Amino acid sequence: MAKYLLLKHYRGDHDIAAEDVAPMDQWTPEEVKAHIDFMLELTEDFKRRGEFVDAQALSPEGTFVRYDGEGKPPVTDGPFAETKDLIAGWWVIDVESEERAHEAAAFASSAPGPGGRPIREWIEVRPFMSEPPTITE
Amino acid sequence: MNELLKDLTPQVLGILVRRGADFAAAEDAVQEALVEAVRHWPDQMPDEPRAWLVKVATRKLIDAQRAESARRRRELKVQLEPPPGPTEHSDDTLLLLSRCCHPDLTPASAVALTLRAVGGLTTAQIAQAFLVPEATMAQRISRAKRTVAGGSFDTPGDVQAVLRVLYLVFNEGFTGEVDLAEEAIRLTRQLAAATDDPEVAGLLALMLLHHARRAARRTSSGEVVPLAQQDRSLWDTAMVTEGVEVLQGALARDRLGEYQAQAAIAALHDDAATAEETDWTQVLEWYDELLALSDSPVVALNRAVAVGEADGPLAGLRALDGVDPDLPRWDAVAAYLHEKAGECAEAARLYAVAAAKATNAAERDHLTRQAARLNASASSGSA
Repeated sequence: MAKYLLLKHYRGDHDIAAEDVAPMDQWTPEEVKAHIDFMLELTEDFKRRGEFVDAQALSPEGTFVRYDGEGKPPVTDGPFAETKDLIAGWWVIDVESEERAHEAAAFASSAPGPGGRPIREWIEVRPFMSEPPTITE
Repeated sequence: MNELLKDLTPQVLGILVRRGADFAAAEDAVQEALVEAVRHWPDQMPDEPRAWLVKVATRKLIDAQRAESARRRRELKVQLEPPPGPTEHSDDTLLLLSRCCHPDLTPASAVALTLRAVGGLTTAQIAQAFLVPEATMAQRISRAKRTVAGGSFDTPGDVQAVLRVLYLVFNEGFTGEVDLAEEAIRLTRQLAAATDDPEVAGLLALMLLHHARRAARRTSSGEVVPLAQQDRSLWDTAMVTEGVEVLQGALARDRLGEYQAQAAIAALHDDAATAEETDWTQVLEWYDELLALSDSPVVALNRAVAVGEADGPLAGLRALDGVDPDLPRWDAVAAYLHEKAGECAEAARLYAVAAAKATNAAERDHLTRQAARLNASASSGSA
């Protein structure tokens, strides 16, 4: 088994979605509900399969913080009105193979948008570091 | 008491399923009986703990069947008491293990079910060992039980599948409240006592010969120490001796297999008082045997290291030429051989590549230190 982080971005190096999708506040309430229900159901599916480790959503507002030397208060920057990349949230799953992690991410990316069409947003998949094996020779 | 309960768990489960109980229901009943034992035994230890557990587990099984029947609101017609059957079979362990390691299960499910049903660990302990929530592990185990439920339960399955699962339990290297390496050794011992397959003994020997080095494998701060740099005075010589004896017994049967060959390689390393005294020629011969048995690219990669030690780094690099460079640790092996060949700049570059590709943090840190060491000596040499 291996753990993977499935990251949902607000924006990233890739555009939010392959399709030309309007911002969510311009969807109908039913479309918004269908999208969120899909995400919750996906989490339940991970639980049913015995793959679930964690799921969190992040507030879009954040601050960058940096050490500025002994005795000085930390430097802060942001929040930013426009940013290239914000992490919206994640799942952590413990799955049998990388193929299964990719399948799960692709399914997450098929979440419905306007008109019930899959929005096809990019989901970033990052493997966790594991423990070293005992037998290496 | 915990050790006793762990030993009795598979025996009691074996007795119930022998008598015809459904595997999943019997497993639940045994778990409930264990809870009762933990509650009552400290006050009064039964004269015959196993008989006590069988009795309580049988009662739990009946209770569960009654509850199920009541739920369905129909008369209880099923036979409550499983018919008395043979109480002990030496191959119960293999029977149970082969059910838990059924080929229809994914490796992770088989590992979880084995640790719970045969190892007698709690779901919480297994969850903690694999760093997942308890509910996730509970779900994984119950899905696994559903997968293997039903079917006849009197023919032992594939020993090879069982050995693969036990190898995984040993090799995953997770450390939590429960030491999974020790669990794997305990279960493999039980299996070795119940079967005369030399590969079972081979796997037990392999585990013992590696486990003997445990104290030397990490520094106190958790850094990985490669075999060549380990403090061999920390090795458990009694465990090495046992491992070698088990291996010799297996090899004498003249039915060589992968686990015996791997154990032979481990034994040669364990036998060397210093890394320099390692009999690399013999190690290489065993890698040739192993490669003939398994044709595994990982074996071919490790064989290249042995070639490098036995016949020199250039020969090692030539052996490495034929190995798929996409393999994990390929760059680390190439770096090692280049350094031995005196090509320190190339070695440093390859160590850095290997570090970036490492799939675990301990190995990544080790490889980064190797790259840094070579880069630092290169810049101090040129200064």
